[in-house]
Amino acid sequence: MMALLEVKDLQVRVEDREILHGLSLTVNKGEVHAIMGPNGSGKSTLSHVIAGKPGYEVTGGQVLFNGEDLLAMAPDARAANGVFLAFQYPVEIPGVATMNFLRTALNAQRKARGESEYSTPDFLKKVREVAKSLNIPQDMLRRGVNVGFSGGEKKRNEILQMALFEPALCILDEMDSGLDIDALRIAADGVNALRSADRAMVVITHYQRLLNYIIPDFVHVMSKGRVVKSGGKELALELEESGYAQFEDAA
Amino acid sequence: MNVALAKTETERAVNSVFAVARERLPGSGKVAEARRQAFDAFERAGLPNRRIEEWKYTDLRALMREVLPLAPTPDAAAIKRARAALKTAGVKRATRLVLVDGVFVPQLSDAADAGINVKTLREALEGGDRSLLTTEPSDAMIALNAAMATDGVLVSVADGASLAKPLQIIHVATVSKASVFTRSRIEVGNGARVTLVESFVAADGAGAYQTNDAVILSVGDGADLSHVRLMADSADAAHITSAVFAVGARAKYNLFNMTSGGALSRFSGLVTMNGEGSELNVNGVNLLKGTQHGDTTLVVDHAVPNCTSREIFRAVVDDRAHSVFQGRIIVRPHAQKTDGKMMTRALLLSDEAEADNKPELEIFADDVTCGHGATAGALDESLLFYLRARGLPEKEAQALLIQAFVGEAIEGIANDDLREAAMIAAQRWLEARA
Repeated sequence: MMALLEVKDLQVRVEDREILHGLSLTVNKGEVHAIMGPNGSGKSTLSHVIAGKPGYEVTGGQVLFNGEDLLAMAPDARAANGVFLAFQYPVEIPGVATMNFLRTALNAQRKARGESEYSTPDFLKKVREVAKSLNIPQDMLRRGVNVGFSGGEKKRNEILQMALFEPALCILDEMDSGLDIDALRIAADGVNALRSADRAMVVITHYQRLLNYIIPDFVHVMSKGRVVKSGGKELALELEESGYAQFEDAA
Repeated sequence: MNVALAKTETERAVNSVFAVARERLPGSGKVAEARRQAFDAFERAGLPNRRIEEWKYTDLRALMREVLPLAPTPDAAAIKRARAALKTAGVKRATRLVLVDGVFVPQLSDAADAGINVKTLREALEGGDRSLLTTEPSDAMIALNAAMATDGVLVSVADGASLAKPLQIIHVATVSKASVFTRSRIEVGNGARVTLVESFVAADGAGAYQTNDAVILSVGDGADLSHVRLMADSADAAHITSAVFAVGARAKYNLFNMTSGGALSRFSGLVTMNGEGSELNVNGVNLLKGTQHGDTTLVVDHAVPNCTSREIFRAVVDDRAHSVFQGRIIVRPHAQKTDGKMMTRALLLSDEAEADNKPELEIFADDVTCGHGATAGALDESLLFYLRARGLPEKEAQALLIQAFVGEAIEGIANDDLREAAMIAAQRWLEARA
């Protein structure tokens, strides 16, 4: 079976500094992978490179998505092909109403895949359903994208988009940052509702706490730009006790 | 120094343009004399150039090259083409007054609604009313307009009238290599409520024409005027509008101007606050690409105390286009408690795009609140990436952000149909760019 995502020996530079020094990771459909590691280990860089953020130079290795060269695709093509990055810090876009943004984005993806655009009633019905399940009030959808949203609301808006776009691969970058325990639970429930045999998730987190709510199949520890240890969900608990220091020394 | 020798080719051409057109211009006797005097005033001043402060960034000697001969009176074919252009230029549910190539065309226009009186400039000039050919404020292009104006509309809205429908004055150009001179006067009576639209469009096939328009507008005491101007001339056209606005007491005046067409466009306005307790909101948008040059120059003169003025300008400049915004707020010595602010922001979409912002405050009173701000910059990369990561192709992502940027100025338009018309005009510009 072909892997959904295959990162092979990936080397990435930002300006003159190499951040990833040969990172490899294989993710199959239906799996949930957690990537843990100390600050500066390259976790967010990996998520940005997969999503296509400008400013990163890939100097070696490759990233295959359904066997295709992901790095050759523009960011919007990656999204249309099923890659979704839930941002650690979702941006505020004043003047662009959330509803208008959601419709424009969804239809752009569908158009790129050669699918017909959603009709307005179907679209509204779908947004309302998902918004309700995530406890997102309708007036939030009328406001500018993320404008004046609390940290929890911004994260819920990311999950709303994830549910709407139905991506094959979800990358959650530090979803727990800035969330209190209640907000975290709502967000995690939203993510869990999207787990399916057709979809894979990569959950990037500094803390084990999030993994009590989103239980991974695999845990990888990153340090200094590489995966230094992989294991099952118990690895996260182990880290909670022993910390990252052992890996930083080993790397 | 021999002044005649200092004249440019352009100015000699203008002289012959006037000489040739004279016989065709409406009005005789004192009116013809007023035109001759206006033309003399223009000749003395010459075409505005960069050495004249108000025209520093829009040097007509360099940008206009030549003044084209007066456009012929539109024939049946021209009127048919103009009619086709009205399909997209017309605002929903508006009463239309249509001028084609500088001539009022009754068969394309609607009958005036109750409370509005409409005459044409031609009728008034032929009737000997020379007061309409004023050359104040002193400016060469206003003088040239007085000399050459062929027609326009004279609209007066009765005191207390509340117009149910917007009144739209549509200028359609069908010509190439010809110039159009129009002059209109709008009088909004005391306590009247009016929505006014002025649209400038080109018929299919119109090319490098020149438009010189003058507007004299007054807002009566306690009146409420919402005024939208859409300058969407042909890509090769040059358009200069000079406008004077007088605002009475306790009045509310909202003015919105958008420039999205034309090789060279300038909207220059002087708003005088003549009565206390009035509120002025001026919003403007320049959407420029290619080698377009768009200039919005506005002076707000607080001649009396206790008035508020707000100005919001947005310029979107692509390719090698050039946007100019000059805004001046004058507060006269006794105009205490004036509250005047302007904010201008330019979005530069290419390395070669240029935006000149020149805000000025001239404050002679001591108990006022006045301020201005100006910014220029590129689209925010982090916002662009967020949109692209959600599936929007680059141009679409940019378009969404540009719409939001200009939306801040467009939102000020109270009438739903007009706000939509302005948004559609902006979208057309964005689609042409993609």
